[in-house]
Amino acid sequence: MTYPERGTDARLMFEARSLTKIYQMGEVEVQALRGVDLDLYAGEFVVLLGPSGSGKSTLLNILGGLDTPTGGTVRYDGHDLILDDDASMTQYRRTHVGFVFQFYNLIPSLTARENVALVTEIAENPMTPEEALALVGLVPRLDHFPTQMSGGEQQRVAIARAVAKRPQVLLCDEPTGALDAETGVMVLDVLARVNRELGTTTVVITHNAVIAAMADRVVYFGDGQVVRVACNADKKSAMELHW
Amino acid sequence: MIIMRAIDRKLMRDLWQMKSQAVAIALVVMCGVGTYVMFLTAQHSMRTTQDIYYRDYRFAQVFAQLKRAPESLRGRIQSVAGVDQVETRVTAQVRLDMPDFAEPVSALMVSVSESGRMGLNALHLREGRQPSRADEVVVSTPFAQAHALQPGDSFDAILNGRRQKLTLVGTALSPEFIQQMRPGSAFPDYKRYGVMWMGQQALGNAYDMQGAFNDLALSLRAGADAESVIDRIDELLKPYGGLGAYDRRDQRSNRFLNQELNQLGTLASLFPILFMGIAAFLLNVVIGRMVAMQREQIATLKAFGYGNLEVLWHYLKMVSVITGLGVVSGTVLGVWLAIKLSSIYMEIYHFPYLKFTLQPGTVLDAAAISLLAAGAGTVLAVWRAASLRPAEAMRPEMPARFHETGLEKLGIKRWLSQPARMIVRNIRRHALKSLLSMLGIAMACGIILTGLFQRDTVGYMVNVHFGMAQREDISVTFTDPTAYRARFDLQSLPGVRHVEVFRVVPVRLRHGHLSYRTGIRGVEPGGDIQRLLDTDLRQVDMPEEGLLLTDFLARLLDVKVGDRVLVEILEGSRPVREATVTGLVREYTGVSSYMNLETLNRFMHEGPTLSGAYLSVDSGQLQQLYVRLKGMPRIAGVAERVQEIRNFNRMMNETMLFFTYVATVFSIIIAFGVIYNSARIALTERGRELASLRVLGFTRTEISYILLGELGILTLLAIPLGLWLGEWMCYYIAHSMQTDLFRVPVVLMPRTYAFAALVVLVSAVVSGLAVRRRLDQLDLIAVLKTAE
Repeated sequence: MTYPERGTDARLMFEARSLTKIYQMGEVEVQALRGVDLDLYAGEFVVLLGPSGSGKSTLLNILGGLDTPTGGTVRYDGHDLILDDDASMTQYRRTHVGFVFQFYNLIPSLTARENVALVTEIAENPMTPEEALALVGLVPRLDHFPTQMSGGEQQRVAIARAVAKRPQVLLCDEPTGALDAETGVMVLDVLARVNRELGTTTVVITHNAVIAAMADRVVYFGDGQVVRVACNADKKSAMELHW
Repeated sequence: MIIMRAIDRKLMRDLWQMKSQAVAIALVVMCGVGTYVMFLTAQHSMRTTQDIYYRDYRFAQVFAQLKRAPESLRGRIQSVAGVDQVETRVTAQVRLDMPDFAEPVSALMVSVSESGRMGLNALHLREGRQPSRADEVVVSTPFAQAHALQPGDSFDAILNGRRQKLTLVGTALSPEFIQQMRPGSAFPDYKRYGVMWMGQQALGNAYDMQGAFNDLALSLRAGADAESVIDRIDELLKPYGGLGAYDRRDQRSNRFLNQELNQLGTLASLFPILFMGIAAFLLNVVIGRMVAMQREQIATLKAFGYGNLEVLWHYLKMVSVITGLGVVSGTVLGVWLAIKLSSIYMEIYHFPYLKFTLQPGTVLDAAAISLLAAGAGTVLAVWRAASLRPAEAMRPEMPARFHETGLEKLGIKRWLSQPARMIVRNIRRHALKSLLSMLGIAMACGIILTGLFQRDTVGYMVNVHFGMAQREDISVTFTDPTAYRARFDLQSLPGVRHVEVFRVVPVRLRHGHLSYRTGIRGVEPGGDIQRLLDTDLRQVDMPEEGLLLTDFLARLLDVKVGDRVLVEILEGSRPVREATVTGLVREYTGVSSYMNLETLNRFMHEGPTLSGAYLSVDSGQLQQLYVRLKGMPRIAGVAERVQEIRNFNRMMNETMLFFTYVATVFSIIIAFGVIYNSARIALTERGRELASLRVLGFTRTEISYILLGELGILTLLAIPLGLWLGEWMCYYIAHSMQTDLFRVPVVLMPRTYAFAALVVLVSAVVSGLAVRRRLDQLDLIAVLKTAE
């Protein structure tokens, strides 16, 4: 099965082949991925769309080095990812990948600036926390603690934290899942800007089909497999989305 | 301004967030470290003081008493291989008539050179000067204090039957008499017994010892073999009525002091191990669970590229701050307590000075033990959290596999409400965690007993020793073995209702290669005042033949009933005999052996002879009796039982009460620290679940019941376990503290158990209330909004 692809001139960022993943959930086995092949290109904005439990998060976690597949391989930027070596995966996450989670996962005891600094302090060529927070429009909130901010603001801090290290890849797992539509749009706008201005390959997981409209490509997921891939001929800006 | 890394800020803020828990943990560490530093520092300081005191004042290494030998023997003693300095002296037990004191007082009079030369066993003069004239004496400082004597004061003494006025010219301390106890008594009584020093010439004249001596002290050359010197000295002194030379080890004051310091040493090794061990265990468990709760944050840090070692280091720093807080405060507290404890010992022993030294090693060890324990808990917990793939760690923990518990299967289920089932299943599901919590609470409960049992025990010992065994009102000892008719003289004194006599003979008992220097006490069968008790505390009848041994002595000599022991008598013609051990008696103090009086007299080839007597007296006529006893020159000393009990209690109180107090306070703190932390951790671990229940419509009381019910059940289970563990710890302590001076039986009064249980219960209730307050503030909305 071949998928429509973006221009062949683009650099191949991820090459996933025959990925499988089986979880042991208590006494039941859950097959989360059933042989996924997927290519992702530098600089593209990809939306992974599918119902809950379809395996999107599992794929994202494996691509980001947060989880190991039961079978299959992942190539990143021309190199095989050694997925079961903790040290090399730590290094990989530290330098190349930025994460945004549904529930933000901010460190509650640190301010916005400090949450970003947590990452910039260990990165090689980071922005300053102030720059990163300016990028998401949160300069007035620099010294606020997570509990003093709204959900949207917290998610923007999480995005600032994810992009501050200038990662090649930004992986977002349901970034708007805990937000109302208006705030969600704002967060998506920030993601689009980061993708546009920094050229960061951005993968967004959602089960909200509306969001697919702003992607370069949409990967449809179902039952642990890629069902189909669609290219958006004319993609919309985040601000044009409604749900 | 120093720029702090974000991750270190997280550290500071997290610490501040959990400050009450951190303080509770630090307190536990503080108690462990405090005990450790206190005992080891006090013990080391006392040992150092003892060593330096002995060295500076040239405490002799070999001692001997004899009947009378000419000074000319000195040269031959000096030439014995290994002998360095020789000090020949005259000593005598004298009776004193203190003007301020109705009861008879006795003293050991020791000669010192009139020239002011200080040889072995030099005096540390606290006041005044050495005696130079015949009627001058220096008295031991504690005796002078007990009688408020000052240089220039005078009192009468009976020297060799002659009354003489003595003038006090100084007070002094001596390394030879750190413990001053009347022969036959286990406790000092400075009002009734003292040591004093008199010019050699003067004392020699009074006791017909011109140019002669009856007491010998030696120091040895480096590397000399004390045993062979002793054998040689025994040979030399044999013709002169030598009573057997002995090593410094057997010197009375030194032996008592060593035993006390050894006991302190035992406590110094037991209590810190116990307290540090328990503190370390708790630290390990608490820290482990605390870190485990940070699972999600650990995963987030990892997701952003923090490595396992960086994460570990982060938590190690956090734990080190808490532990460090405990170590520092524990050290400060420990040093302060060590100073207190040392000053108590200084007061008991009247050392001339205290060499207080805090060894850096002690503090480092305590710090290392604490940090290692905390570190191990952290490493384990961080590793467990960090070894998960971050994706997995961020997911809510798998619903645990629950089962119906055996208890429920037994059919109790239908009586258990749904919340009660949650409690039971949770304990069952987290069996290890529950077990560790329970064990922690139990140990905290147990160590409370270790602090308190000594008080119960002392009361019991007094009861047995003075209530069941030594029931006399007054005991009288003669200056020399005395003919049996002295019994009738005593019987005829005013107020005397009943007299029981005894004979004491110094002996060395041998069994195989084991030997022990003690005394055989000859007693009359059927005695009612002095009763011998068997190991079940039933009265033992004195058999016609054979020897009864204190059970502790039997163990020292590895002797069973029916075995034969060799008896070397260290008096008179020093015969060596064999005797069969016909029974064991239980005594908590001293190491005595007993024989039928007549048999002992026969054993000694002597007619009916006595060393002293026990009197039962009409208390109304006590003062008259004292007046008469004071007038009887052959009576060396009189001891009143009430006074002995007081002395016993005082000695126990001075030392033991301090330990008891410190141990009790520390164990209470530990108990509270543990229970509070268990409750707080349980709250954090179960917060979401409980908040979800609130969302479902459970009331605050209902969720409190679920959380605190678990704590309550664990506490209630922990108490009996803790009391049982505590008993074992007490047995272990008592066993380790056995000396020939006294054995501590383990006696625990019901009120002591009750107290320990109460402390744990109160800690649980207070912790429960603290947690309950936090339960009331659970954020319900957050539960609905966020994932684990």
